[in-house]
Amino acid sequence: MSDVRKADVSTAKSSPDSGRGPAHRPRVVSGTVLRTRGGALSVRFQGRTVAVTAALLTVLVAVMLTTLTTGDFELTVGEVLQAVFGNGSGGADFIVNTLRMPRLLTALCVGAALAVSGAILTSLTGNALGSPDIIGFTNGSAVGALVVIIVLHGSMTQIALGALIGGLATAAAVYLLMLGRGLQGFRLIVIGIGVSALLLAVNSYLITRATFQEALEAQAWLIGSLGNRGWQHANAILLAVAVLLPPAFYFSRRLSMVEMGDITAMALGVNVARTRAVLLLISVALAAFATAVTGPIWFIALAAPQLARRLTRSSGPALLPAAVMGALLLAASDLAAQRLFSPALLPVGTATGTIGGLYLIWLLITESRKSRA
Amino acid sequence: MTGTNAPTPRLRAEDLTLSYDRRTVATHLGVDIPDHSFTVIIGPNACGKSTLLKALARMLKPSEGQVYLDGAAIASYRSREVARRLGLLPQSSTAPGGITVGDLVARGRYPHQGLLKQWSAEDEAAVVEAMRQTGVLELADRPVDDLSGGQRQRVWLSMVLAQQTSILLLDEPTTFLDIAHQVEVLDLCAELHARKGHTVVAVLHDLNQACRYATHLIVMRPGGTVAAVGDPATVMTAELVEDVFGLPCRIIDDPETGTPLMVPAAPRRHEPQDGDGSTSVAGTVMAETR
Repeated sequence: MSDVRKADVSTAKSSPDSGRGPAHRPRVVSGTVLRTRGGALSVRFQGRTVAVTAALLTVLVAVMLTTLTTGDFELTVGEVLQAVFGNGSGGADFIVNTLRMPRLLTALCVGAALAVSGAILTSLTGNALGSPDIIGFTNGSAVGALVVIIVLHGSMTQIALGALIGGLATAAAVYLLMLGRGLQGFRLIVIGIGVSALLLAVNSYLITRATFQEALEAQAWLIGSLGNRGWQHANAILLAVAVLLPPAFYFSRRLSMVEMGDITAMALGVNVARTRAVLLLISVALAAFATAVTGPIWFIALAAPQLARRLTRSSGPALLPAAVMGALLLAASDLAAQRLFSPALLPVGTATGTIGGLYLIWLLITESRKSRA
Repeated sequence: MTGTNAPTPRLRAEDLTLSYDRRTVATHLGVDIPDHSFTVIIGPNACGKSTLLKALARMLKPSEGQVYLDGAAIASYRSREVARRLGLLPQSSTAPGGITVGDLVARGRYPHQGLLKQWSAEDEAAVVEAMRQTGVLELADRPVDDLSGGQRQRVWLSMVLAQQTSILLLDEPTTFLDIAHQVEVLDLCAELHARKGHTVVAVLHDLNQACRYATHLIVMRPGGTVAAVGDPATVMTAELVEDVFGLPCRIIDDPETGTPLMVPAAPRRHEPQDGDGSTSVAGTVMAETR
C-alpha cells in the first residue's frame, strides 16, 4: 500500500505542470492529465489528438478564408469580416452573406456530419468498409429524392424530406435483414452492398420513366452538389449538426468501450444495447440529413474517419478530429472544384467521387491482404 | 467494499432458466457462491457452465429466476453499479488496434469515471497496483498487439483487477495458454483470493487444476443441472466423474498438494491390478478428453 500512496503523491505533484516532460512519475497511461487540487475534476487528453485537431482547424480556417475571399470577385479579409459582422458594403455583403457563406457553411456541416456518421458506423460494425455510402444508406436517400423529383414533382424541401425518409427506411431495412444478429462482421457489409445495388437499379428504373426535364433534375441531384445552396440549406444542416453531434461526442467514450466486444464492454458497466441503438440512430440521421441537403457525396464518410484515426493514432473512434477532417475535406474539395476548373462549374460530387474511388480500391486491397494474413 | 456478513452469500442464483435464442441450456438452476471462496465451476462441454457465469455477471438475462447480488436482484442495478461490485474476464475480448498496455488496463476504471472525472489519483493508483500484481507494469508502454498470449491474458486480467471489485468472475481464463502460463494465471488468482479475500469464481476445463485451486467446487452435468457442490476433497469421486463425464477413472492424492487427482482409466485391455498404474500416472494426466 505504501508504494501506491507514493505513486499517488508524485502524480498529484506532476499534474499541474502539464508540460511535455513525462518526468519522474512511472508513466502508466498515455496522454496528459490535468487535475484540480482536490481531485474533484480531472481531465485526460492525448497531446497528439489535440495537435492534429488544431492543425486541421488551422488548415480549415485557411480554406474558409480562401473560399470567402477568392472567386469572380476578389475581396480582402477585412472586407469579408466587415460583411460577416453586418457592416460591409452592399456588394461585399451580397457576395459573402448571400452567395459564399451559406455554401461554405453547408459544406462544413455536411462534411462533418458525413464524417461522424461514418466514424460511428465503422466503429459499430468493426469494419472500415461499414460506412453509410457503402452499405446503401446513401442510395436509399437517392431513391427517396428521385421518387419526389420524378413521381411527385416536389419542391426542394420535399426532395430533402424524401431523401431523409429514403435513408432512414434503408437503414431500417438493412437492420431487419440482419435478422437480429447484430451489426458486427462481414454480414452487414455484404447485405449492405446488396441492398445498395438493388437501390441503384431502382434509381436507374426511375430515371428511365422520367421526362427529359425530370431526368436532368434527377441527374443534377444525384451527382451531389453544393451549387446554389442558400441559407435554407445551411440552416437545416446546421440545426441537424447542432442537435446530433453533441450526443455523438458524449457517447464516443462508450463507443470506444464497445469496440472491445459486447461482453467486455458490458462487464465494465456500459449499457451496450442502449449505446448501440442511440449511436446507430445518430449515425443514420446524420448521413440522411447530409444527403438530403446536397445529394449523395461519396468518399467523405468512408475516408475522413480513417484519415483522422490514422493521423491521431487514436485507439478510439476519434469523433472530433473526424468531424474536422470531414469538414475540411468537403470544403477543400468544393473550393478545388469551383476554382481549378473555373469556367466549368464542376459539382463537388465528381471531385470526391474520383478521389473516393481510388481510396476505396486501396482500402479493399489492404483489407483483403489483412484478412489473408 | 465492506462485506456485510449476512447469512446469505453476496452472490447467488435462484431457480434460473437459461436459454440462448430458443435453446434452453439450464432449468431450475440454483447456486450459492460462498463469500471469500475460490469457486470453480466444472462440467463437460456445453453443460452450461459459461452460461451460468454469464448469468451471474448479468451478461445474460435468465428467462426465469433471478441472480441476487448483495441482497438485491442483479437486474435492478445500473450497469455501472454492477461493474463496481463484480468484475468479469470474458473468454475473448478485442484489444483496440494500437492501444498500449497501460491504456488498456486503464479502461478497467471506466465504471469509476465520469465526464468530469476522467483520470483521478485513485484511478492511477488502482491501475498501477493491478499491473504490479500481474507483473505487467514494465510493459505499460508496449502495444498490446506485440505481446505473447500469456502476457496478453495477464493484461486482460489486470484490466479486471483495476476495476477493484471484490468479486471476480473468470470465464476459462486458461484457454489458449500453454501449461506454464495456465499455472501462472491460476497461481495469481489463488494469491488474490488468499491475500485480499476476494471472491473468485472461475470456469475451468481441467479437473485437476480445479481440485488444486478451488476451495469450493460446483460440478455441472449435461442439461445444466448441478451434480455436486462443495469442498473438492469430498466432492471429487470416481463415481462422480464417471457419472458426469462418462469417463472411468481413479482418484488419487496429488503428490504436490494432497488434493484429489483424477487419472483417466486406461482402455480396458486387462483389469488393472495394483502396482502398475501409480508410477506412470503423472505424465498422462489430461482432463476432459471426450
